[in-house]
Amino acid sequence: MEFLSALLNGFSSGGTYAIIAIGYTMVYGIAKMLNFAHGDIIMVGGYAMFVSLMLLNQPLLALAFAILACVLLGITVERLAYKPLRGASSLAVLITAIGVSSLLQSLAQIIFGAAPKMPTRFMINGTVVLGSFRINYSTLVTLAVTVVIMAVLTVFVKYTKTGRAMVAVSEDRGAAQLMGINTNRIIAVTFAIGSALAAVAAYLMLMKAPTLSSTLGAMPGIKAFTAAVIGGIGSIPGAMLGGVLLGVIESLALSVPKLAPFTDAIEFAVLVVILLVKPAGLLGKARREKV
Amino acid sequence: MSERETILKVEHLAIQFGGLKAVDDVNLEIKKGELYGLIGPNGAGKTTVFNLLTGVYKPTLGRIYLCGEQIGGKAPAEINRKGIARTFQNIRLFHNLTVLENVMVGLANQIPCNVFESILRLPRHKRSEREARERAMELLRVFKLDAYSDYLAANLPYGKQRKLEIARALATNPKLLLLDEPAAGMNPNETQELMDDIMFVQREFGMTILLIEHDMRLVGGICEKLTVLNFGTELVTGPTAEVLANPAVIKAYLGE
Repeated sequence: MEFLSALLNGFSSGGTYAIIAIGYTMVYGIAKMLNFAHGDIIMVGGYAMFVSLMLLNQPLLALAFAILACVLLGITVERLAYKPLRGASSLAVLITAIGVSSLLQSLAQIIFGAAPKMPTRFMINGTVVLGSFRINYSTLVTLAVTVVIMAVLTVFVKYTKTGRAMVAVSEDRGAAQLMGINTNRIIAVTFAIGSALAAVAAYLMLMKAPTLSSTLGAMPGIKAFTAAVIGGIGSIPGAMLGGVLLGVIESLALSVPKLAPFTDAIEFAVLVVILLVKPAGLLGKARREKV
Repeated sequence: MSERETILKVEHLAIQFGGLKAVDDVNLEIKKGELYGLIGPNGAGKTTVFNLLTGVYKPTLGRIYLCGEQIGGKAPAEINRKGIARTFQNIRLFHNLTVLENVMVGLANQIPCNVFESILRLPRHKRSEREARERAMELLRVFKLDAYSDYLAANLPYGKQRKLEIARALATNPKLLLLDEPAAGMNPNETQELMDDIMFVQREFGMTILLIEHDMRLVGGICEKLTVLNFGTELVTGPTAEVLANPAVIKAYLGE
């Protein structure tokens, strides 16, 4: 029974990782860059929700506002910080992303102070009891949201013009341009989708633990990046798989008292082992460089 | 025959990479419906000319007019929308998309529908998806690829991949089609089939075609006019039979 509930919790927190990992992996696949500021978009989404909750006192409206704010922020950051570096070395882009990350964290600290906020209104309490089996509502909500997002995204990529253009750009940006695809627009759409998902992730996180600080997105960001790499960075199904896998491992480790203190170590060890066996990640394809 | 409309006019085209003049003072004039060949020994600058025409490189000097409009130096996507589409010497299909989806990517600018309509799945999204699917299938039928529409492009046999590239390029509704060594790596049967296909496209679509080719049987068989490049400069231009009999051309290919 305990194993089963740990497993279910794992799927749930893994779902949150997966939602964040999708943002990393789509941006990597399409813009060919590691957006290390992605975790901080989650944090901005958290504060956007906090502010709009104070003004409107409506958690769901707050979520909608946060999604809008994150989409605008994501597109702006891409336009101002990353677009001018198109064609620059990947190291320059990486450093810029790290710069954007600390800029966002510092701004949040200046505006909201270093002490964490506690927006408890986002919490969903209560449990479903099935015999001796207890599940938190928040776990079920997270699971449902994750499944819906994954399904919508899969359909979007497979059955829309923009989705196909995304696959085309991620595979061969030059050829896509020569087929008339506006790659700048596709990259902007990618950042918009990733940032919207970051806002959703912020909601899911605050729903379970209402502690909002400028480093809200830091650790989940790194975990989700790990998940994206485990699944094969650039692959959307890979990010989903990697996220869920990481969440389950984390939850199972936490449920064993002797292993619990080493949870993070176990997760990153799994990353190392998987990369040793499959360097491109579980669903990643080994890249053959054109000569 | 009455004077046909000029589709492509290239004047004094040149590009320099460092100290190397890869293309120097190349002039072309291609009329509507013409099948025009660009030939020359390896390294003569043929693919570089294609890259200049499609905006991959920006010319150092010279002008490119498509139907009278100067397009030299514009971005590749814009040039494609204005009406130049191409295939590649080393096939560059989208391997993770199906055969049908590859053609649908080419149709993207032909069928109106934006991201929001797609996300909200408004009626126009459905209509445009259906229309794209139908038009893509039509193009696949032309190249007898309709039976393979659900295959991943990577899984097509080589000769069919080359045809799919032509179908994808045609999907962007070009005024001028550039084919970069379409017969490379094909056996004589496949080459013959390809020649028929190219002539079919010229006839049925009224397409103006500029092609780079090494296979002299193909060039001699279908091109009406040729320009020979050598060391980045124009060696000879003229009707196919005359050019191929020209001693300077034979010398450029075979040496003294």
